[in-house]
Amino acid sequence: MQNLKLDAIKRKWKRKDLVSLEALDLSEIEAILLAAKEFKTILKENLPLPFLNRRTALALMVEPSTRTRVSFEIAAKKLGISFLSIDYKTSSIQKGESLKDTAKNLEALGIDFLIIRHPAAGSAAFLAKLLNISVINGGDGAHEHPTQGLLDLMTIEEHFGTVRGLKVLIVGDILHSRVARSTFWALSKYGAKVKFVGPITLLPSYFKDFGAEISYNLDEALPFADCIILLRLQHERQRKDLFPSIGEYIASYSLTTERMKKCKKDVLIMHPGPVERGVEMESELADSPNSAILKQVENGLAIRMAVFYLLASYFENR
Amino acid sequence: MTTEEAYLISAGRLIDPLLRRDEEPATLYVAEGKIVDPANYPKDFPWTKIDAQGLIILPGLIDMHVHLREPGESRKETIKTATMAAAAGGITTVVAMPNTIPPADHPDTIAWIRKKVDKEAVVKVYPTGCITEERLGEKLAPFQSLIQAGAIALTDDGSCVQNARIMRRAMEYASVLGVPILDHCEDTALSDGGVMNEGLWSTLLGLPGWPSIAEELIVSRDILLCEKTGAKIHLQHLTTEGSIRLLRDAKKRGLPVSAEVCPHHIALTESALKEYDPRFKMNPPLRTEKDREALIEALVDGTVEVIASDHAPHALFEKEVEFEKAPFGVVGLETLVAVCLKELYFSKKMDLMDLFAKLTVGPSRVLGLEPPSLRYGSAADLILLDLNASWQVDSTAFFSKGKNTPFEGMHLKGRVVLTMIDGKIVWREKRLVEKQKTV
Ligand SMILES: [Zn+2]
Repeated sequence: MQNLKLDAIKRKWKRKDLVSLEALDLSEIEAILLAAKEFKTILKENLPLPFLNRRTALALMVEPSTRTRVSFEIAAKKLGISFLSIDYKTSSIQKGESLKDTAKNLEALGIDFLIIRHPAAGSAAFLAKLLNISVINGGDGAHEHPTQGLLDLMTIEEHFGTVRGLKVLIVGDILHSRVARSTFWALSKYGAKVKFVGPITLLPSYFKDFGAEISYNLDEALPFADCIILLRLQHERQRKDLFPSIGEYIASYSLTTERMKKCKKDVLIMHPGPVERGVEMESELADSPNSAILKQVENGLAIRMAVFYLLASYFENR
Repeated sequence: MTTEEAYLISAGRLIDPLLRRDEEPATLYVAEGKIVDPANYPKDFPWTKIDAQGLIILPGLIDMHVHLREPGESRKETIKTATMAAAAGGITTVVAMPNTIPPADHPDTIAWIRKKVDKEAVVKVYPTGCITEERLGEKLAPFQSLIQAGAIALTDDGSCVQNARIMRRAMEYASVLGVPILDHCEDTALSDGGVMNEGLWSTLLGLPGWPSIAEELIVSRDILLCEKTGAKIHLQHLTTEGSIRLLRDAKKRGLPVSAEVCPHHIALTESALKEYDPRFKMNPPLRTEKDREALIEALVDGTVEVIASDHAPHALFEKEVEFEKAPFGVVGLETLVAVCLKELYFSKKMDLMDLFAKLTVGPSRVLGLEPPSLRYGSAADLILLDLNASWQVDSTAFFSKGKNTPFEGMHLKGRVVLTMIDGKIVWREKRLVEKQKTV
């Protein structure tokens, strides 16, 4: 089905893979966002979708994530892409096969998109260089999770109408967070001011060199924020010595109704999910009118459709 | 003696860092495995001529930090392939690290290595012994038996003795036996899990960091223990500005501390990791530009007296994995000279005399070996270097089994064209052979 807006966007697309947002320039981010908006309209108004029939996507989940996989799966199916996923527990990687061999085998079977979720930073970049098919980074260690960054960006832009000049706090474990990195690049390239807030042990000061602000004090940072993105505290990633206790973390960095009093009234609260209620934020806040958590999930679908659509056009544009 | 092994090397530029001689044109006579005075030979003695016009004649180089991988890991490298690589790189003496399988913590392993070396090695090889049993840092290895078996120094390289009490005992014991301890300086509580320098780039790439302070803490510990015990301590492959500062202070106080740096640490920085290429993964890791400059400055001002390759070959498949999973280490024997020339000589930071002192006199002093020289009576370990030869690094042409070079594709200038050990030519570049034929 012909869609003139989408056609115009896709003709300019020149990338085979989506590995990181750091590597994208503004026009590329813009293209994905525009396409995602279009997809959102198409879905909402039940308009005919441009199909990517006869294409196959495979999600290689070397690290578990139901949410990301399901979002990619639904995005694929809506576009008519066959979707398969390999769970890390049953994958041959568990049996000692190298990632290179696994990926080469999958490519030989004729897939078009490989979505990789992997605990090692750089694994998506490694595969993108190795394979001739499109590689989509579904989260590589503490590096990036580009579709998450894009859906955050889309959610913020949708809410405020613009991103330029907005003040966004990203709160929590920045050190281990791929969400923090992708969202940071998306926002800062799009003109927002980003301030990272978290315990000093989980917040590398080097982010200053990339133009971010750094704060170890959430209470001080709250009044200025237009938007607060709370990161998941992933216990499995954080070694015990990084901060004294969860209790102390909550006392300093959990968003509570008490702390909300310091915020702008219409502050937007976001979280990549799944939320651990009572840790990153008080339970009620996740469901409050300020929360955009479900919007993020909805936009994630549109972003992932846009990514499939644009990456597929790389092969058409060649 | 046959005339085959008597050479007249003529019309070259001779550089001898021990004697601080730089002469051109120079003629050198080699017979009976030594540099000889032609006055002691008949006028019509049938020397085999080697025309060294346009070439530099240097004493053979010592690389005091090499992983031969045998015993135990011949898929990565063998004594034969590593020493071929050394010869092609102009290195006539290598010092073998003891992190083999089994480790060289027992005199039998040293004996095994020496036997294999006698049979297969193309260049001179000196083994080292472990500081601790199995390099676990817990119990001292039998130093005396290791030295008697042929170990010339003690090191747990690849690992660092974490327990200061064990290190103190090791230094005390080594000081009595008169051998140096070579230390790989890494506080593993601080470097734990780290795969690259902790800093700007590890933040960007999301890779676990190996902070400078993990090196500096051990450097300062070793210096304090050196002061306490009087042992000769040699700090391996230093990488940080802080380490250099500590070393400089220790030397000012006259302590018997020495150090080495590696070509990759003076040529590259952490930004090389931007594409997660495991060819740039080494331990200690590539650091910042400031660190790199501090290392070069330390070479120039004499604070660091040794350059060593830390040649650490790995099989290709071991490196073709996710960055975090790849083993640490890069090969370096065949690029050592040209990379040093690029970063130190062609960049006008050092002259050839001082540069080659770091590869001859420097390591020989640390190890207590006869310093390489071209004076009469010295072993005829020498190389001919073509300073103007341009070439491009191509690991497929390496003699080493290890193709894991961070310099792949790099354009370099300066190439060893002939390597002689004890008066025998062990490596000669093809074009030089052809040139000889046409003469
Ligand atoms: Zn080492």
